[in-house]
Amino acid sequence: MNGGGLNLDAAFSALADPTRRAILAQLAQGEATVMHLAKPFEMTQPAISQHLKVLERAGLVTRRRDGTKRPRRLAKEGLEAMDQWLAMLRKALETNYNRLDGLLADMQQHNAGEEQ
Amino acid sequence: MSKMTLRTEGDTLVIVTRHFAAPPEALYRAHTNPALIQKWMLGPEGWTMPVSISEPKPGGKIRYEWANGKGQGFYLTGEYLELEPYSRIVHVERMHLPDPTPDNHIETTFEANGTGTLMTMRMTLPNAETRAAMLTSGMEKGMEASYGRLETML
Repeated sequence: MNGGGLNLDAAFSALADPTRRAILAQLAQGEATVMHLAKPFEMTQPAISQHLKVLERAGLVTRRRDGTKRPRRLAKEGLEAMDQWLAMLRKALETNYNRLDGLLADMQQHNAGEEQ
Repeated sequence: MSKMTLRTEGDTLVIVTRHFAAPPEALYRAHTNPALIQKWMLGPEGWTMPVSISEPKPGGKIRYEWANGKGQGFYLTGEYLELEPYSRIVHVERMHLPDPTPDNHIETTFEANGTGTLMTMRMTLPNAETRAAMLTSGMEKGMEASYGRLETML
């Protein structure tokens, strides 16, 4: 799970914070520097940096070097793994319930057989 | 309509609904009888449930073990809290992967609906620190735009 730099547990825990979710939403618009990210949140740059550190450790955000700037962007593989996890949960439930449809039909037939 | 819905409410609640063409009693049995559970609660194709323990009474144990026949497997343990035949089941469960995930509190109700049953499963995720966050509407809706964006970037 850690191959692509993503730590799924850390990712979920990173997303528990509303500010961090808002930061991700902001980064979904495109890459941004700490200064740009700090503005709409009325937070200090160190506070934003702290949140970014959590997101980076979780594999959700990456940074690159641009002169003296370190713009952050969403990490593609991090979001894909989360997306995959959600899709898996939904698919597992759907598969189970489709299977249950068949079992319920069998149960009804069986009951009808017993009553005859 | 047999289409499943999955939605979120607040920070920790996930609600799943599904309509079935069978009476509530059959649904209740299929969710509590271990031999019946073993036949459908299997997840993806290729998996089986070699162990199915379900003691449908308050405090009764739950243990399901899954295997894919290739040496991989995991299990779930839980306890029943409340049972109202044939309309309501409340239980807690946790996955062991092998470390246990935090407890999920799950209320399942079966309501007669036309000729069938409407099942509603309300999963209260344990804390905002784990899976709850990813399942909040913020994730499901807000991040969709990001995924769409990322796909076009590929």
